[in-house]
Amino acid sequence: MSPHACHHGVVSTASPVEVEPTTTPDEITVLATPWVTIVWNDPVNLMSYVTYVFQKHFGYGRKKAEKLMLEVHEDGKSVVSSGSREEMERDVQAMHEYGLWATLDKQS
Amino acid sequence: MSGFTQHRRSKHIIATFTGFEADLLRNLAAQLVELLRNEAAVPRDDVDPLEAMMDFSGPTTEPDDPVLARLFPTAYPHDEEAAAEFRRFTEGALRDGKAAAAIAIIDALEEAGLPPELTEEGLMIDVELDRPTAETWMRSFTDLRLALATRLEVEEGDEAYWHSLPDDDPRGQAHEIYEWVGYLQESLVRALSRR
Repeated sequence: MSPHACHHGVVSTASPVEVEPTTTPDEITVLATPWVTIVWNDPVNLMSYVTYVFQKHFGYGRKKAEKLMLEVHEDGKSVVSSGSREEMERDVQAMHEYGLWATLDKQS
Repeated sequence: MSGFTQHRRSKHIIATFTGFEADLLRNLAAQLVELLRNEAAVPRDDVDPLEAMMDFSGPTTEPDDPVLARLFPTAYPHDEEAAAEFRRFTEGALRDGKAAAAIAIIDALEEAGLPPELTEEGLMIDVELDRPTAETWMRSFTDLRLALATRLEVEEGDEAYWHSLPDDDPRGQAHEIYEWVGYLQESLVRALSRR
């Protein structure tokens, strides 16, 4: 999960000092999870199989897995997970084990 | 054959193949194993034998064979160096895993009574797979289909072309096998999805 840095380290004091944050929460989230796993469409893999793989590997519910599968099918690709570079390398390797065409990239 | 179903009580995944079908599946799996093992994972026209023994690294460049290139895609399309590193650390294990999965199919068929040489007519092969083995078959079916499709240059929405080929066209026949494995896989996914 993305850390919500804006809620951390804030200690209530009698006269809180307003500190202008230098990064917005969105930027912090991006910095914390800068990598994504992308699955690309291919003419071979069955829609039912791709949905099964997304449920099995990522633990997604059927609805979410189907939504991602349809993105792959209709848009040509879908971002299926995000996280650290190491985590995304593991996901990409797992997708290759399942025969899905996956790459990793920096989150845009 | 009617594909895979889940046995009501044991929850095992079961299917019945004709001897011909089981033999065909074994041949496909064996060809995949051969391909995975034959094309050298590391091109080596080097080197000092000791150095070679100490080299635990895997390949760093995309395989020449288009089937292998599809089975082991480039993970970093915009970063050659990172792609080479990723390949070095993953391709060997992926190759072994895919070969082991194909061998699991061969083993299960032979344990179910498929003889080394198919001679008997009317032979039927009943396979019964526990869930992990059935998932291994499902994964390997993908590899088999990717291999066939890459060789045939299958594209999205080209079914009409394949069905228009005359019955004796070997590419059309190979495509029918590809579709058959797809049918098997679809039924296997469905059987595994039924809890």
